[in-house]
This record gives sequence, structure tokens and C-alpha cells, in this order.
Amino acid sequence: MYNRLILSAFFSVCAILAHAATRQVNPSAGLQQVLDKALPGDTIRIHPGNYRQSNIIVRKQLVIIGEGYPVFDGENKNEVFIIIADGVVLQGLQIQHTGRSSLVDMAGIKLQNVKNVRVTHCKLLNTTYGVYLQNSKRCIVSNNLIQASAKEELQSGNGVHAWKCEQLLISSNRMSGHRDGIYFEFVTRSAIIGNTSSGNIRYGLHFMFSHNDTYEYNTFQNNGAGVAVMYTRGVTMYKNTFYHNWGDASYGILLKDISDSKIDHNTFHTNTVGIYMEGSSRIHVTGNTFSNNGWAMRIQASCDGNLFEKNNFSGNSFDVATNGTMMLNTFRENYWDKYDGYDLDRDGTGDVPYYPVSVYSVITERIPVAMILYRSFLTRIMDQVENIMPSITPDQLKDIRPRIKKWQL
Amino acid sequence: MIGIEHLTKSFGKLTALNDICLELQKGQAVSLLGPNGSGKTTLIKSILGLVVPEKGTITVKEKVITKDWSYRSAIGYMPQIGRYPDNMTIAQVIALIKEIRPDHIRYDEELIEGFGLDKLKNKTMRSLSGGTRQKVSASLAFLFSPDIYILDEPTAGLDPVASELLKEKILKERTAGKLILITSHVLSDLEGIASHIVYLQDGNLVFYKTVEELQLTTGEVKLNKVIAQIMKGDVPLREPVRNIFSIQERQGKTS
Amino acid sequence: MNGANTPQMKTIIKYVLVDLIRNRIILVYTAILAVLAVSVLGLDDNPAKGLLSLLNITLLFVPIITILFSTIYFFNAIEFTELLLSQPIKRQQVILSEYLALVSALSGAYIVGIGIPLLFLVSGTESLVLVATGTLLTLVFSSLALLVFVKSKDKTKGIGIAIIIALFFTVLFDGLLIAFIYSFSDYPIDKAVVGMIALNPIDLGRVLMLLQLDVAVLMGYSGALFKKFLGSPLGNVFSVTCMLLWVFVPLIAALRIFRNKDL
Repeated sequence: MYNRLILSAFFSVCAILAHAATRQVNPSAGLQQVLDKALPGDTIRIHPGNYRQSNIIVRKQLVIIGEGYPVFDGENKNEVFIIIADGVVLQGLQIQHTGRSSLVDMAGIKLQNVKNVRVTHCKLLNTTYGVYLQNSKRCIVSNNLIQASAKEELQSGNGVHAWKCEQLLISSNRMSGHRDGIYFEFVTRSAIIGNTSSGNIRYGLHFMFSHNDTYEYNTFQNNGAGVAVMYTRGVTMYKNTFYHNWGDASYGILLKDISDSKIDHNTFHTNTVGIYMEGSSRIHVTGNTFSNNGWAMRIQASCDGNLFEKNNFSGNSFDVATNGTMMLNTFRENYWDKYDGYDLDRDGTGDVPYYPVSVYSVITERIPVAMILYRSFLTRIMDQVENIMPSITPDQLKDIRPRIKKWQL
Repeated sequence: MIGIEHLTKSFGKLTALNDICLELQKGQAVSLLGPNGSGKTTLIKSILGLVVPEKGTITVKEKVITKDWSYRSAIGYMPQIGRYPDNMTIAQVIALIKEIRPDHIRYDEELIEGFGLDKLKNKTMRSLSGGTRQKVSASLAFLFSPDIYILDEPTAGLDPVASELLKEKILKERTAGKLILITSHVLSDLEGIASHIVYLQDGNLVFYKTVEELQLTTGEVKLNKVIAQIMKGDVPLREPVRNIFSIQERQGKTS
Repeated sequence: MNGANTPQMKTIIKYVLVDLIRNRIILVYTAILAVLAVSVLGLDDNPAKGLLSLLNITLLFVPIITILFSTIYFFNAIEFTELLLSQPIKRQQVILSEYLALVSALSGAYIVGIGIPLLFLVSGTESLVLVATGTLLTLVFSSLALLVFVKSKDKTKGIGIAIIIALFFTVLFDGLLIAFIYSFSDYPIDKAVVGMIALNPIDLGRVLMLLQLDVAVLMGYSGALFKKFLGSPLGNVFSVTCMLLWVFVPLIAALRIFRNKDL
């Protein structure tokens, strides 16, 4: 999908370059006047320096290239670039200090109702919103550094914010210190690839009503609440890393009302909860690595028809927790490091089922303070007894073919 | 050299020592006698500071011992049971004791050589017989040529040759003007060594006399006979034994 | 405890250590720990699981072996101690030296047996914390053994008390605690529970490891206690401080009692 995007962008740029002029700009000139005088298809080269200019509106199809990261400063009052023409290219600029307002979403770069716009290799520092896409199609946001140091959720914006868009490609950006690193609402058929989203107050990626999107090779770490994917169908999550998202409402991924999606070959490492799943159906969770998480997965009873297979679970405090006794999901052929069974027929799978919900996770669910006795001799005895006579753990939740050896993923 | 005044010690209901008063002088070889449980070991341990007295004071070389532990440098102690860490060698035990006393550089190793311990020096204590361990204990007691020797059953378990050697050593030290306090069940071993006898029973001091005096009153020469006579009660010994001043007076005359 | 005559203490420590490192039980203890560590860590390609097994071994065996061995050692060394005490040296220095030699030997055994295999097979903070936990437990239960020694009249009684102490802290205490937690789970007992944990050195050691292995899960409970106390360095500081108290309070008490003990 994104290949097509890149191609179309490439061709449009080639077409423009065929008859384009190049204009040079230095700090003493007003960029807005230069832009207004330029003809569509022109290239504007901006020399290094401090440009105390903001609220710059790009009304024509121009290629704007910064050399040596010229600095555009919103002086904590204004927005900086507003792009309202199709096919604009913005590259190599440093944009900083946008204003903050409760009425307008102040952005470093705002794209409004446009197509085929590219924002690449820019630095967006301490902007309320970094790149803000509104009702746009086939746009590319790539290789940008989007950094802020937001302290409070309410006053801050998002690194890349997209609302009601189609066919976006968000790739290889680094965003940190915002409310959400990437925010998608009503964004369809888009791809989020190779980004690193870390240290955001709320979510590394926040995803709502955004069907048929793909995100892959991204890293989400140290975000206040991890990643949230909600009210969406047809999401593919592939080879992402969810790392070190800690807190009582923090998740590697929070899945709420997600259906017909794939979670494939991702890594969940040292999160309080690897995957939290609520009201979700028909999700295929396969080939993932869950290591050193508090809970590898919390699957609420409202989930059904999900399939968990061929994943590796190791070093998690608890593998699976649930709030019900019914289990309408399937576990098979996962590797569980806590499995103590045997494999007499040497087919690589254990001969007795594995029950991923441990008795102590059920107890601490009810009495959290009992956690302080976890891993004591006593709790080990309780686990052994429960293994022999299951009484408080859901006995339907089991992996009937647990792997003996770890999957090579 | 050792002064004991009104020393009292009890363990629970048992009174181990009851108001003991003694004055031991240099040049004496005092034999501490009495039946089992009469308080001999408690008395020795009190002098060494291993047992903390309830009442009374002990002075060694005019110093009250509860104040300062340094008086123990004047004492060479040979315990009744010599038990040592299993895996230490004889050489290590001797080296350990020497290193604890860095003030000393000249050692009396007569016994170590006499007992032939230098040939066994790399043997571990576990591998030694009881007798050899006693030899080690004896050698350690004499190592620093102290002014006072406290020997608890020194000859028990020693072979006759070693026993003779030790006795000769004790005599030699006595002649050199040291004070020797010795307990032994083998009375014949004390023959010719002991100059004074202290007799304890049920924690009470029964008497403290010179050997000559006892020989006179009993008419016996051999020490074991003398003691046997006394224990039978044939000899009227009911003089006021508690009166140490009278004893001291007599000592003043004899010595 | 005062610094006078430390060369004498060094001498005693040196020679007692010389004895202890050739002690068969110490050697067997080291060997068993090493075999357990290598087999547990080597068999499994999952280091976290191996570490957990070693934690269980540590919590279960280190206290009982340390307190039993130390108590017996102190009693067996009575005559030797008397001999040392007949030398011009302070009482407390003699017993403190013996204690220090003993803890060096026992913690040395633990560090060699568990620490070295860990270093090679699973190096990392968790491994360091485990070794620290085992060492601290060795110190604590040696101190308790010394206290048992100075307080008991004879060896048999002493060994009995030592076994009771070890069993109490290993199993019984947690049983009582879980009963307490169950009975009062409707009340805000978080602080009380943390306070009670401080009363058991084995639990403190376990919490230290819990903070390494399970901090992610501890962060998941909304209780303020878990986040403020266990989820921050404060929990580590608290646990280590309490364990050090468990080392020094019995040790100082024992030294004081020993000052006037009849041997």
C-alpha cells in the first residue's frame, strides 16, 4: 500500500521539477512573501539561520527545503507552517515553540485538506502538536524528530496527529514527550512503520476507528500507558516492540473492541501488562515473544474467538490473567517457561495441558496485598496443590499442546 | 600474687563457690584438691575471668581482674580438655597463640621440643590423640614463661614419659619463683611438686595448708596417703580453716 | 567492638578461617550449591526460571544450614574459645573474630557456589541481588546463631532452638501472615503487612528479589503502597536496612550478653 504511495509521490515530484525554478531565502527575507511570489512547482531553498517567522501558510504546490536546519520559531504564541495546497514537500527545517491554546490545536506543521504532501527530515522541538494532518490523503511523514517535554496530559498535544485521513505513511520518525506519540482517529488504509515512540505521557500510539491499518517495526517504550488500539477492525501489527510500559493502567497494547486483526511476531518485554484485551474478537496472536512482563496477557471474559498460538512466554510474573471463569478463546502450541509437564512421545509438545492462569494471580487479583508473599515457599505449595486439584483457576483456560522448547522467532 | 576475697558464685541453685578467701604467693605450687563438683574448675575459671563472680574480688598481681583483661598476660593456662578446631595444624595453633601476643618475642619452646611436637607440626588437631593434644595444651601454657601457671589436670592422658617431662618442667618453674596452681586427680603426680594444698568441698574452702604441715598432722609421708587420711576424717582438722590470716602468718614463718 | 587490638582479631579471623575452609561441611555445602546452580542454570535455556529456582534454594536452605552450622560451630569451639580467652585479649574481640571468620566462610561458600556459576551463566543485576540476598541471609542467621549460643546453656538445647528459629522464619511466619492477610483483606492492611514483612529476614530477602523480578507486576496494583513503597528504590532501601538490622541487633545483643557469660 505504502509502495504505491511512495511511487505516486515520486512521479508527482518529477513532474513538477520538469519546469521548476529555484529561489533562495535567508533570514532577512520574509518567507511568506517569497512563498506568495513563487509559482507552483518552484523550489525554495532556505539558508541556515534564525527565522523569527510563524503562521506561514503554504498555498501553492512548492518544494521547501531547509539547508542546515534553519530555525522557525513560533515564540510560544503561533503555529508555524500551515499547508493547504496539495503536493507540497517540506524538508530539513527546524520548527520550534508553537503556542498553546485551548481553542486551536497549535501545530508545528499543519496539513489541512490536502493530498500528496510530504514532510520529511524535519526537527519539531517543543511544539504542542508536531505534525497535524486533517482530512488529508496519501501524505507521507517520515524521518522526523518530534520532541517535546510535556508534563500534563491536558495541556499537551500529540507528536503526529491524524484525523480523518486516508492512505498515510508515517515512517521512521522519532517522537517523544507528547501526550500521545502518534494519534490516529478515523484514519484508514494507512501504515505506521519503523517509528520510535517513547516517553509520552499517555500513549505511544493511540488508535481509534482506524480500520485496515498496518503498523510494523515500531518501538513503543516508556510510555505512560503504552499503546491503545480501540474500536477498530482489520489491524495488522507486525514485528513491533513494546518495551517497559509500567503502571497500573499501562499496557504493551490495550485492545478494546478490536476484531479480525493480527498480532504477529511482536516483542513484549518488561511491561506491566503485555496485552490487555477487552471486547475483542477473532484476533490471531501468533509468533510473539512475551518476556519479563508483569502479566503477559490479561484477557477479559468479554473476548471471544481469539487464537493464541506459537508464542513464547518466559520470565513473566504471571502468564495470563482473566476476570471470568468462561474462556471462549483458544490457546495452542505456545511455549510457557513455567510448564512442568513431560513429553514422553517426543513430539515436541507436552503430554499434559498447561494452565496459564496461576492460582496466585487469582489470589492477588482479589487481595492485592497478598502479592508481598509471592514466590515464597508457601505460595509454591499452593501452586502445587492447585496443579493437582484445580479449584479457583478457570480450568477451561488451558493450552492442550504446550511446546517443550522455545520457538525460534 | 593471686588474692581472692569472699568469692561467691552460684549456678542456679547450686553454689559452686561459697565465700572463698585465698592468698597465693609466688614460689608456691598450690594443689587444688576436692571431689568432683567441689568448685575447683569454677575457681580456676574465675581467676581466668571465664566465669564472672557474683560477689567478692580477685586480684592478680595487686590488680583487680574485672577492670582489665591485660592481667592474663601473666598467666599460662592449660585447660582440662584441650579441644581445638579440627583442621588447624599444631604449627598453626602455636602460631596463632604467638601472634595474639605480639608483645612477646622470646618463647619457651622447651616442652614443644621435649614432646617432639615440632616433628608433628603439620598434623591437624583432628588427627591427634587426646594425649598429644594435652601436650599441645601444655606447650602453649609454658610458651610465654608467665609468672603464674594454672594447670587443670595437666597429666591426665599423658604417657609416663611426657608426664615426667611436664613434672620436671613444673618443678623448674617453681624453683624459678613462679606461682603454680594445679589440679589433679592423680595425687602421686603432685608428689614433690605441691608445696601447698587447697581443699574444696561443695564450694567451701576446707583447708589451705602446706604439705609439711599435713604430713606432720597425719604422720604420713606420701601425699596420697595424707589425703586419704584426711578424707577418712581420722585426723582432727577442725581448726578454723577460714581464717586465712592465720594461714598467712604461718606461711610467713615457714617461707 | 572498639578498635583496640584489631591485629589480634585479624589473627584469630585468619586462623579460624584457615580451619573453616578445610571444614568438610563447608566444602560439601559449597559443592552442593555449585552443583545445584550449574544444573539449574545449565539445563534450562531460560535464565529467569533458573534464577527463580536458585532463589528458592537460597531461601530454603541458606537460613537453616547457616544457623545450624554456626550454632554447632560455636558450641564445639567452646574449649578453644576458653583457651583464647585465657590470653590477654578482650572477650568480645574473641567471639566477634570467631563470628567474622564464620560468616566469611559461609558467605564465601555461598558466593563461590552460587555466585560464580551465576556470573558465568546469567550475569546481570538480578544475579547480583540474589547473591547479595544470600549473603545477607548468611549474616543474619549467623548472628542469630551467635545469640542462640550465648543464650543457651548446652549444645542440644541450642541446636533445638536454632532449628525452631529456622523453621519459624522459613514456613510458619508466612503461614501466619497469609492467615492475617486473608482475615483482614477488607481493611487497609498494606502498611501493617509491610511492617510485618520486616519481622522476617527471609521475607525481606525474598522481597528484594521480588523487586527485581516482579516490579512490573507490582506496578500493576493500584494500591498506593505497592507503587510508592515496592515500586521505587525505597523498597530496596527498606529491605536492605531491615536486613542489616537483623544482622546487627542480634549480633550486638549477643556480644553484650557474652561479656558476662560464664563459660
